[in-house]
Amino acid sequence: MFKILQKAMSVGTATADYPRIAARLTDQFRGCPEFDFDAWRDARPAVAACPTGAIVLSDRDGVRKVTVDYGRCIYCGECEQASNEEAVRMTRRFELATTDRRDLVLTTEYKLHPDGRHAALMSATSGPGVEQVGKRVEAAIHELLGRSLSIRQVDAGSCNGCEQEIVALSNPIHDIERFGIHFVASPRHADMLLVTGPVTRNMELALRKAWAATPDPKIVVAVGACGISGGIFGTNYASMGGVDAVIPVDVYIPGCPPRPEALLHGILLALGQVPRRAASHR
Amino acid sequence: MTTFFEELREHFPELVVSADEPVSGQVTIQLTGSDVTDLVRHFLSVYEARLVTVFAEDRVKAEGVFYNYYVFDRVGDPSWVILKAPIASDHPSFPSLAAELPSVNWQEREIQDWFGLQAIGHPNPRRVALHDNWPDVHPLRKDFPLDTVLPQFEGERHVFRPAHGEGVFHIPVGPVHAGIIEPGHFNFTVAGEPILYLQLRLFYTHKGTEKLFENIALARAVFLAESVSGDSAFSHGTAFCQAIERAAEIRVPPRAQFQRTILLELERIANHVSDTGAIANDVGFVIANAHAGRLRELVLGLCEMLTGSRVLRGMVTIGGVRRDWQQTQVEVIEETLSKVDREFRDLVMIVQASNSTRERLEHTGILRPDKALLLGIVGVAGRASGVDLDTRRDHPYEAYPHLPFSVPVYRTGDVLHRLQVRIDEVHESIQIIRAAAGHLPNGPYRAPAQRIPPNRCALGAVEGWRGEIVYWVRTGEGDCLERCKVKDPSLNNWPAIVEVMEGNIVADFPVINKSFNLSYSGTDR
Repeated sequence: MFKILQKAMSVGTATADYPRIAARLTDQFRGCPEFDFDAWRDARPAVAACPTGAIVLSDRDGVRKVTVDYGRCIYCGECEQASNEEAVRMTRRFELATTDRRDLVLTTEYKLHPDGRHAALMSATSGPGVEQVGKRVEAAIHELLGRSLSIRQVDAGSCNGCEQEIVALSNPIHDIERFGIHFVASPRHADMLLVTGPVTRNMELALRKAWAATPDPKIVVAVGACGISGGIFGTNYASMGGVDAVIPVDVYIPGCPPRPEALLHGILLALGQVPRRAASHR
Repeated sequence: MTTFFEELREHFPELVVSADEPVSGQVTIQLTGSDVTDLVRHFLSVYEARLVTVFAEDRVKAEGVFYNYYVFDRVGDPSWVILKAPIASDHPSFPSLAAELPSVNWQEREIQDWFGLQAIGHPNPRRVALHDNWPDVHPLRKDFPLDTVLPQFEGERHVFRPAHGEGVFHIPVGPVHAGIIEPGHFNFTVAGEPILYLQLRLFYTHKGTEKLFENIALARAVFLAESVSGDSAFSHGTAFCQAIERAAEIRVPPRAQFQRTILLELERIANHVSDTGAIANDVGFVIANAHAGRLRELVLGLCEMLTGSRVLRGMVTIGGVRRDWQQTQVEVIEETLSKVDREFRDLVMIVQASNSTRERLEHTGILRPDKALLLGIVGVAGRASGVDLDTRRDHPYEAYPHLPFSVPVYRTGDVLHRLQVRIDEVHESIQIIRAAAGHLPNGPYRAPAQRIPPNRCALGAVEGWRGEIVYWVRTGEGDCLERCKVKDPSLNNWPAIVEVMEGNIVADFPVINKSFNLSYSGTDR
């Protein structure tokens, strides 16, 4: 007992005060990629390199439409490596959670040069986290759940990478309980389902049942590239794709896996506790 | 190899056709038929070999047959021997080995489910990977498209084996569990507190991974390997890359080999540390888990600094690693390791000083060495039960031949000793990383990109933190794979949990399960 106390005294307070204080990131941390649409000369290398199909293009009548889906991005950095131009670069941004799936998708159109590169930018949508972060779930839910929240985590088919980071939310560094948030053993006790994916064919029914067992009002959060879109697994004979293919989703948290601060950001966003513009890490 | 092959020919003149060593240290023996029963017995008894894995391949379009592959290794010999047994497409069946060799029970049933090849004489031939409600499809056959849309799921219809008697009950648990863990169904048959029998139902997270490997470009496939079991992303990625590198004769530069070794060991430390805390937590010693969680963050911070990812993703690649390290980064390794070393010793001291914790762990969930051997248990769980296997030592790869380390082996086989193996291994890993970082060679960190020639087969194997991870690939045209077999150690080790639960009480299930800490996703793929 003495040893335990001695250790506790010598360690002191370990908790990082996120989100009041920005997350401590190493210089090497890879967040999401960023695209300078004005300067982007050629999307083809990035499209070819992207392992999850987060960047796709279609050429038609001398016009190229490029779509970037942060809901599929696994932050691997291959697009930056392959593009070899300033316009595509990795950032340390990770707070991309949103209430609207469409916020994670950027589209841009270029007039094409005959050599296949971009001649001129025709149109582009704005990036995630600029206007949309802070969009709120219904106010009534916040009043009801804002001060204390019970989360039931459901693994609907993940590789267990997301589970690792969700477990880390309860360690002394991230300590999710300081927000009055705790993980419960049954969906019947839960206000929020925190669901990882892709939803497999073999888990679909269990997920539906867990959702039905959760009392109203309830919030569903889809975690990670696979939970949002099926990620690298996409949809196939055994995978239904993202969580919203099976049950309605209120908040999406990108990442592969999302780091604990990204999870916290998304969960707090669902509760309306994140200020409109979250701290950015450019 | 020649004498070995001639001897085999002498014993099995009708069955054994030829031997080929397409990759150094990987001998493939071509057979004439699918009945390998006597040959396998010969391998196990005369050569004292171990059956590592069994899997199938659809070569009907190319060669008119299916193949079953039986991979063996043996103590003291770094090479692999692979039996290649053809199965006629008009007689899609093969004799089962499961009655004699429980370790192939699920693997043979996978072959039944995925390829439609019937395992004749299997003691429990029911479906395993595709649940009972699935239509009659065989997804790994080449004529089955990946994106086939199957009818709506109508619910599990699996019938568990009944148990009757006064006061005998079933306790069904899962697939959605109480903790933050992966989905699986456990059906306990109990009489009061003690468990009579445990039935497992897994493959809830089956997501078509092996089929998907045949449908994406090789460069992307590395990321898929990282997503087979997220807690072993780097080990799975490395085993996959090794298989490709051997198939295509790509030489990984020494610097990259050392970098990979350091990262493989960091993955081991991170997971062993969290298991140490989790095992303590499952018997109510919460403070130890808090320290372990804090320590794990320290390790993950180092992982992030070295790879950009806390969980080591996006680093390994075919031919080496994706990013080089500056000298300043290498210096941080030693700095952080000293802290990790100190903190881990404190953690172990706290756990070991707690008598109540020890009492719960000692003699709990005992896996006897003879059972472990029979069931083909590998990795941490095997080494706690006398199974002296470690891929790093037995089939050396990356920088391990240059680094001294010892392999802890105990014969007690209880939860306490599965914990002890982890504790010993963390100490060893720290020494391995120190030595590797201290002798990090200069030079390139990645072999130049090259085309991967088609129709080459090779095997890659890595000792992940949980145990032996094996990949077997056949390369295809256009930078794609024809076949990719993934064998996570969890697939071997689940039967051990069934075995040890008998006679233990329900309340000890969480800690016993945690002491194995198997990957559902790695099993289900």
